[in-house]
Amino acid sequence: MKTILKISQLSKVYESGYEALKKVDLDIYQGEIFALLGPNGAGKTTLISAICGIVSPSSGSVTVDGHDIITGYRETRSLIGLVPQELTLGAFDTVWNTVNFSRGLFGKKPDSAYIEQLLKDLSLFDKKDTELRALSGGMKRRVLIAKALSHEPRVLFLDEPTAGVDVELRKDMWALVRELNKSGVTIILTTHYIEEAEEIADRVGIISGGELMMVEDKQALMQKLGKKHLVLDLKQTITSIPESLQAYHLKLSVDGNQLTYTYDTASNRTGITALLQSLSDQGISMRDLKTSQSSLEDIFVSMVRKDA
Amino acid sequence: MNVQAMKVIYKFEMLRAWKTLTQTIASPVISTVLYFVVFGSAIGSRIEQIEGVPYAVFIVPGLVMLSLLTQSIANASFGIFFPKFTGTIYEVMSAPISFFEIVVGYVGAAATKSLILGVIILITANFFVDLNIAHPVWMVAFLILTCVSFSLFGFIIGLWATNFEKLQLIPMLVITPLVFLGGSFYSVSMLPPAWQTVTLFNPVLYLISGFRWSFFEVADVSVGVSLAMVIGFLILCLGIVWLMFKTGYRLKQ
Repeated sequence: MKTILKISQLSKVYESGYEALKKVDLDIYQGEIFALLGPNGAGKTTLISAICGIVSPSSGSVTVDGHDIITGYRETRSLIGLVPQELTLGAFDTVWNTVNFSRGLFGKKPDSAYIEQLLKDLSLFDKKDTELRALSGGMKRRVLIAKALSHEPRVLFLDEPTAGVDVELRKDMWALVRELNKSGVTIILTTHYIEEAEEIADRVGIISGGELMMVEDKQALMQKLGKKHLVLDLKQTITSIPESLQAYHLKLSVDGNQLTYTYDTASNRTGITALLQSLSDQGISMRDLKTSQSSLEDIFVSMVRKDA
Repeated sequence: MNVQAMKVIYKFEMLRAWKTLTQTIASPVISTVLYFVVFGSAIGSRIEQIEGVPYAVFIVPGLVMLSLLTQSIANASFGIFFPKFTGTIYEVMSAPISFFEIVVGYVGAAATKSLILGVIILITANFFVDLNIAHPVWMVAFLILTCVSFSLFGFIIGLWATNFEKLQLIPMLVITPLVFLGGSFYSVSMLPPAWQTVTLFNPVLYLISGFRWSFFEVADVSVGVSLAMVIGFLILCLGIVWLMFKTGYRLKQ
């Protein structure tokens, strides 16, 4: 796969001394949807801002389609569209004017037909002469997307696109993202909703405290997600796991009255029946049992906690 | 060169003035008329000619400069401050556009607006007094140079200001006194010798003097010095803006 965006050893220290990014390395492949996942203040927006030219990196380099973001800023910025997190829009401009302004700003000649289609795709066309201050929050979000797409970028950054967006618009937005992606646009989005990353992304990166902690294929993540835990509450406490149960790799809780068995729901034989049989053979009786799924959230929370 | 970007910024800024047309045109016209009534007719009728020029006529160049300076600064500073304030500046920052192109767009529009304003004031003045312009080409040159350099200066203030108070601070506390004390309404030779020396440190004096020379061929300082001062100020402002963009001052963290 061709790398369209290459981030190498990117660091950012703000004037206040705050280290927002710590030597981040990341390759984004052409045509993928990449989700950058992380809690508030993890460095997601700083990372995007550095790539787009809003924040100056302290060290490291970024190339977009082979062009350096500093020396070749005209090329890189022409390739990129950015939808910011905040609803930053003028007040007295009309939708039509502001979207055309964006297109011009990125050096593209006016193209009414393209802008018209874009506004129609975003259900904004009937609002084209409305002043921005008169729009609802969801509409404003769409205008920001239209502005970002006005110059036909090949890479689109969506910084928390669904923050404060209702379910309907969220659905529309994902449909649009998929549509754009199909037309060849590489998409990088940030979110702190795990379900969103699961739903839409090809790959997921987890960032926390300015460090990129993990980058994985969604497939690999699904495998981790496929793991389930069976927790057995025992009637009597035991001090050790019997020899004959070693094959199940059980985990005994510290107080000795809980056993945990991890299994893969994707496999044909989960081994649950055999385990229960063996337990009863050993004379270990249970008071209760429950199963739980390890979600991306668990992985995420454990990683982020470790870091804190 | 991103010509489209310069065009849209310029257009956007001009459109902003168009939407507040009353404010853009009526306020300078009204204030000019007021100055003429107060200084030209009421007080001026009791003042002798200054260096062979009737007082009401003598103040015209000063009046134009007064409005030009304050409006250039106000227009340009607001033009760049407001996107910074609302956050929409992110788009300009992330666009494939150089500092030079941004300046051409914003400052070009602000200077154009001031230039139009200057012409409106001159036309208004023409209704009150007979204006004879001795050196029209120099007059236009001074007009354009002033509009551009003070729009640049306003742009610097707009970049520097972090709140509305700071935005008003320099125009109010520095520019207005300098304009009034720079000989807008009098000839420096009318001041006591000590104050004449002090006034020579006022950069606005050179502007007004040069501009007035292009009308009446009377000046407080030689026209060459005036021209050199205006161009010097222009270069200084350009240098500061260039440095601000290079270091990302108040724009990039």
